[in-house]
Amino acid sequence: MPVNYPPAPKHTPRWMIAVTLAAMVGIPALILGAVLVATPLLQPGVLDAALGFGPETSPWTRDLVYVAAVLGLGFLMVNFGAIFSGAISWYERRVAGRIQSRIGPNRAGFLGFFVWIADAVKMILKEDLVPAEADALLFRAAPYFVLVGFACTFVVLPFGHSLAVTDLDVGIFYVTSVTALTVVGILISGWSSNSKWALFGGMRSAAQVISYEIPAGLAIFVPVAMAGTLSMQGLIRAQGGFPWEWFAFRNPAALVALFILFTSQLAEANRTPFDLPEAESELVAGYLSEYSGFRFAIFFLCEWGNIWVLSAIAVTLFLGGWQIPGVTAEQIDAVRGAATVPALAWWGWNALSLVVFTAKTLVLCNVVVWLRWTLPRIRVDQMMGLCWKYLVPIAFGCLVFTLFWQVGVGARPQLEAITGGVLFAGAVVLALLFGRRVRLNIQAVQGDKFDLSNW
Amino acid sequence: MSKKLYTWIALAALVVLFVGVLGVEVGRGGALPADFEVGPFTLRDAIFYLFAALTVAGAGLTAFSRNIVYSAVGLLTALTGAGAIYAWMDADFLAVTQLLVYIGGVLVLILFAVMLTNRITEVKVSNVSLGVAGGVALLASTVPVLCFVALATPWAAHEPEAFGPTTRSIGNAFLSQWLLPFELASLVLLATLIGAVVIARKELKADEPDPSLG
Repeated sequence: MPVNYPPAPKHTPRWMIAVTLAAMVGIPALILGAVLVATPLLQPGVLDAALGFGPETSPWTRDLVYVAAVLGLGFLMVNFGAIFSGAISWYERRVAGRIQSRIGPNRAGFLGFFVWIADAVKMILKEDLVPAEADALLFRAAPYFVLVGFACTFVVLPFGHSLAVTDLDVGIFYVTSVTALTVVGILISGWSSNSKWALFGGMRSAAQVISYEIPAGLAIFVPVAMAGTLSMQGLIRAQGGFPWEWFAFRNPAALVALFILFTSQLAEANRTPFDLPEAESELVAGYLSEYSGFRFAIFFLCEWGNIWVLSAIAVTLFLGGWQIPGVTAEQIDAVRGAATVPALAWWGWNALSLVVFTAKTLVLCNVVVWLRWTLPRIRVDQMMGLCWKYLVPIAFGCLVFTLFWQVGVGARPQLEAITGGVLFAGAVVLALLFGRRVRLNIQAVQGDKFDLSNW
Repeated sequence: MSKKLYTWIALAALVVLFVGVLGVEVGRGGALPADFEVGPFTLRDAIFYLFAALTVAGAGLTAFSRNIVYSAVGLLTALTGAGAIYAWMDADFLAVTQLLVYIGGVLVLILFAVMLTNRITEVKVSNVSLGVAGGVALLASTVPVLCFVALATPWAAHEPEAFGPTTRSIGNAFLSQWLLPFELASLVLLATLIGAVVIARKELKADEPDPSLG
């Protein structure tokens, strides 16, 4: 029984193009602008100075203001995660369409950009089903565990020079530990659905996440050993703006650790090629088989939001974070001024650092999306074998090498500069070769045909 | 279900009240230093009591729930609350470690084991030699001792100067003053790992190919 869709419009109307482009630029600009303005201003020190709090202020007033500030920042960050995951869901479907020689969503707005908003409306309007034999309480609660595990990472994720909700001294350690709540949520959702597919999905996911936390943790030790701190901002400040000053190129083991971390994080986020917990072809939809409506949406929101989280962590640890080439963090500190509200130049540098960090992270997000549509899913035994037989020993090797390397750098500081230059030059050569290979492949299929009529 | 839940919340509140009263008594008992002043009740205290209540309620749910999965969720609450209390005591590293080890490791392992067993609801108690009477006897014998210890010990109470990072000092202590216990603990863990591998691996017959290869 074919559905009679209306025929595709010949041309997208001009006003639709204008509205869509405005939304594509406006929505990210709005949320990132809110992050830029709110995170430095809603800090305890600034609030104290602005509201004239001193030792004589009632602790109740003060603490209530702090709690309100924290709630405001939390609201902002959850919205950031939601908007990002919506936008990346659209982007991913478009990329998948390009890679698989099809069109992808192209009806809701120009380029189909509004499809994620349409999806959200659809999800909210759907019935929230609970299977008859399921454990209703836990079934309903499970998405919240996953959401909390995802949202808590934003407490320490940096966005720019002074743009983070807070800079915990145990930042990266904290990030690795709150992901545990996601595992608990997935396990509970799998079990409480009372469906064998969901249970298998939950089991696989837990086994996978616990296993891959070990190489990920060991890989994280490498930049921590190089920077001598666990705080996210401290890790970025220990690096430099130019690529040869990044941790990834300053130490050969760190480059290996970057790949290990990225692979492990992909596995922890249940992304292809490690999407065994959700393997649609094997397990219906894994641990969220029985979910519908908005609870289903929460799971997927966290899954896509995790792309940002894992890319941001990789950028923070290995790729220089928000460091602007040619400008040190201390120089930005110096232009802040002594006033409660920082000087205009400071805001400018912060905005630039936000742009740098976002650009790097989006490049990595793009890599994550590419991988999903290029690599096939691996088997369970291959997944476990990769983790325990290859990644864990290599990560251990990287850690030991780094410890000796740091001793060597202490004796000969120019060692890092030489390695950084050599490895970065190698990376540039590889990128050029990659570009050439892509060009040859495009020529082999008689040119890349961009058919703009169906956009 | 809900009536039970209210009962547990009430019980948890009672326990927290008991602890609070005991704390005040400890303060009155002259065990605190002379310059120690109990400040006014602030929002921070309220949040602390909230976390304490959560911890106790979770522990109660773990102990009294008939369903093991609910026990595990109660354990999650209790462990998270304990982590929050560590954060209150200016122990940031310890709080995060609590989250990582107990929720990321122990609790997930428990959930894993529980979900692979069937008939988890309505657990049959196989050991009935010590029933309610035994439990009450145990309670009656331990609570006075604990109360006496709490009241008689000269607690070293001090307000932290400022909320500061602890990671560096913990690392230095582990590798200087407490090096031997630290390494011994590592050895114990290594022995556990080897034991787990020995128990978990399959016995291979001489003529069978190894299924884990290939």
